[in-house]
Amino acid sequence: MIANTTGPVTALVMGSRGARITMALLLGAAILVPALNLLLPETSVFHVPNYLVSLMGKYLCFALLALSVDLIWGYCGILSLGHGAFFSLGGYAMGMYLMRQIGDRGVYGNPELPDFMVFLNWQELPWYWYGFDNFAFAMVMVLVVPGLLAFVFGWFAFRSRVTGVYLSIISQAMTFALLLAFFRNDMGFGGNNGLTDFKEILGFDLTSNAVRAALFASSALAVAFGYLLCRFIVTSKYGRVLVAVRDSESRTRFLGYRVEHYKLLAFTVSAVLAGIAGALYVPQVGIINPSEFSPANSIEIVIWVAVGGRGYLHGAILGAIVVNYAKTYFTGALPEVWLFMLGGLFIATTLFLPKGIVGLMEKMKKKPPAKPAAEHGLTQGAGD
Amino acid sequence: MTRTLSCILLSFFIFAATGTTVFADVASDIDKLSAKSTNVKIAAIERLVASGEPVVVAVLTAFLEGNLYARKADGKIIIGKTISGRFTVSDPLAGDDLGAVKKAALDKIRINNRLRTIVRGALGGLTLLSPDKSQRLTAARDVFKSQDIEVITLLEKAIAKETDDAVMVEFRRSLAAVQATNSEDVTVRLAAIKVLSEFTDQDVRALIASLIGREAPAETGAPENLVRTAAENALASIEARLKIWGYVASIFQGLSLGSVLLLAAMGLAITFGVMGVINMAHGEMVMLGAYTTYLVQDLFKTYLATYFDWSILIAIPAAFMVAGLFGVVIERCVIRFLYGRPLETLLATWGISLMLQQLVRSVFGPTNQEVSNPTWMSGTIEVTGGLDLTYNRIWIMVFAVLVFALVTILMKKTAFGLRMRAVTQNRAMASSMGIRTGWVDAMTFGLGSGIAGMAGVALSQIDNVSPNLGQAYIIDSFMVVVFGGVGNLWGTVVGALSLGIFNKFLEPVSGAVLAKILVLVAVILFIQKRPRGLFALKGRAVEG
Repeated sequence: MIANTTGPVTALVMGSRGARITMALLLGAAILVPALNLLLPETSVFHVPNYLVSLMGKYLCFALLALSVDLIWGYCGILSLGHGAFFSLGGYAMGMYLMRQIGDRGVYGNPELPDFMVFLNWQELPWYWYGFDNFAFAMVMVLVVPGLLAFVFGWFAFRSRVTGVYLSIISQAMTFALLLAFFRNDMGFGGNNGLTDFKEILGFDLTSNAVRAALFASSALAVAFGYLLCRFIVTSKYGRVLVAVRDSESRTRFLGYRVEHYKLLAFTVSAVLAGIAGALYVPQVGIINPSEFSPANSIEIVIWVAVGGRGYLHGAILGAIVVNYAKTYFTGALPEVWLFMLGGLFIATTLFLPKGIVGLMEKMKKKPPAKPAAEHGLTQGAGD
Repeated sequence: MTRTLSCILLSFFIFAATGTTVFADVASDIDKLSAKSTNVKIAAIERLVASGEPVVVAVLTAFLEGNLYARKADGKIIIGKTISGRFTVSDPLAGDDLGAVKKAALDKIRINNRLRTIVRGALGGLTLLSPDKSQRLTAARDVFKSQDIEVITLLEKAIAKETDDAVMVEFRRSLAAVQATNSEDVTVRLAAIKVLSEFTDQDVRALIASLIGREAPAETGAPENLVRTAAENALASIEARLKIWGYVASIFQGLSLGSVLLLAAMGLAITFGVMGVINMAHGEMVMLGAYTTYLVQDLFKTYLATYFDWSILIAIPAAFMVAGLFGVVIERCVIRFLYGRPLETLLATWGISLMLQQLVRSVFGPTNQEVSNPTWMSGTIEVTGGLDLTYNRIWIMVFAVLVFALVTILMKKTAFGLRMRAVTQNRAMASSMGIRTGWVDAMTFGLGSGIAGMAGVALSQIDNVSPNLGQAYIIDSFMVVVFGGVGNLWGTVVGALSLGIFNKFLEPVSGAVLAKILVLVAVILFIQKRPRGLFALKGRAVEG
């Protein structure tokens, strides 16, 4: 797919050093990691252990999620505290497909109904589960459900000019409402336990190494695709207007742009990306439950972006991987300390590293005085 | 001192003396129950009833049920019962167990129909006429349940003698119930239904509903139809009143929830509304207040157990100070560097909230801490059938009103409030007038946090004190502030109370979780219409 790149795509990739490195790393990982996992014997030094494949796959899903947040926060000034909701909805759509794939291999052996429905004494499949046994349909839903919710939510919010922290708060309320809703058993999504015990995807065993490697490769490619898409958006004329909206919404509106349309499109695209991330995440971790909707998760996404560097795209990817690696390490080694560290990270990043790691690296590389309106420059009070 | 003591002693002796004489009479009368002559027995029963002793009830019940025996050896009257397969006897007066006895050693005291009627009436009358108020109340309720027509004369007698209002109401209710169901006279029944229609509880409602079910529709003008229509009218009026009481109960619960929300949101209204600082650690200030209450109560338990009931009065200022101090530190160390960058403030304060949660979890452990209600805050007032108001909720409402009044006075009438408003409206101008804006900021943030701490004291009385306490309220509090509008404390009041009431009215219809979701959705939709809340600031202040 990448081999026969067309002109614009090449320009997107070659246009900036960050983009070149990011794409090279992502594509390299997509090929190398599965190869090193599957082809080399376990005794080899270069063998990538199975658990690491899943773990890195998970990080890549988070990276895509962070990318989606960076698109709207870094370039459009919309701080969404509800992106976990889009991620989870995508995950649930995928989970429903995987649930239907179990067939009669569940505990109750009902060929038609998932276990939890049998347990709740349901007689037939709810209408909104129809079609999810079809992979293509489920994948369309992965895109449509988060996209539609984002479109409706954004249409209401942006039309009436709900901005800044107000938007953050109501997006948080949205994911909180969904959290409560999905906890209910009669919603038909497995209630508290969510969807789990998946067996296979497209007929392949989910626990097999090959499938895990393939899922990893798909995640890496998805991040690459998402990255290209975001770069395409932000380097286009449309992206320029987004940045204008971020830096001065009223002025952009007075210049004659329909600000709400620009924001709505970015918000919807971002939600779809988050949904894709969720759909890739679920088969790799093997479960989706309502706690994914919790507002704390959504805020955590924002800190990944902030740590990596807001408004750089590759910063978001970097931040997601770094913070999540730290999380994996510290929750294992020093579980007591992790929340202190995460909290400290929030404070330290906002106080001392407003442009994140990538911003810091750029600053160290070229020492000249900061350009006031640099390409990626963030003005103070952006989003207000 | 000595006089009081001797008085007490004297009354004790008098009491003891009367006690023994009564018991002697009762004992001899109980012994007469085994007499051959029915007339002697009747006379003994009448005297027993007249004595009004509680043991008489047990003896007569045993008599009625054929559980009364005379011991062959000495003729002593005892109560025998088969408990879990073994026949045991007990002394009717002292009530103590005399152990297992063979039935052959006992003579059963026989009862005939004449005696049975007398004993039954006497038993009903005994409790209805009992000097103990609670016994009379239970007796009246029993009559209401049994609707035994035979008790009617007794009940009328009891009504004539009754002096207590509460018991009187209960008696009239029972009498009306008996008359409405069993009386032969249609006018009596109609009158009884009329009396019943004045009551508002579920039992009366069920009774009248069953009356309607029993009366088959007869020809027009027939007296049965009259009863039926009267019952239907009564039912309608009862249901209307029940509905009203239901609304009243919902409003009370809504106000209660609203006052909790108000307490939690008031501090937020100051930090977010007045200063424009979005403090995600606000919920943790509430949590700190709750933990302070726990600590204060713990200290009282150890050192001042006698004054434990008043620990909460110490906890309130303590919580204010602790949370306020945390607030000032947070403002000085983090937030002041982030003014004008609300989104960054949001993230930084979220970080603080995570750290505070973990801090509390590390110090106190992740489990719930026990905070108890002082005695003057526990218990309920029963206003009417089906409407109970709990004292702790009432006190929290009072507390919310007090805190609100204090904050309003502070904002409007004091020099500090003046400076605070000046800094909010025009920082540069206030600064050039000589106001130390940084100090005002710190104090304002401390005030907002301190109020959150006091909310924590209130919450500790109705909710679990755990590290996650704040998280449960933070989103609701934000909804209140967003709904009510920023920069106006009255907006917060209206927001809190209307969200609380809205929630409680939805709950019976849709269930608690769905009600909460609906409220969130409603607020999200409301924001579309009024992006700046109900009580929005107008003019320049909007862009602040």
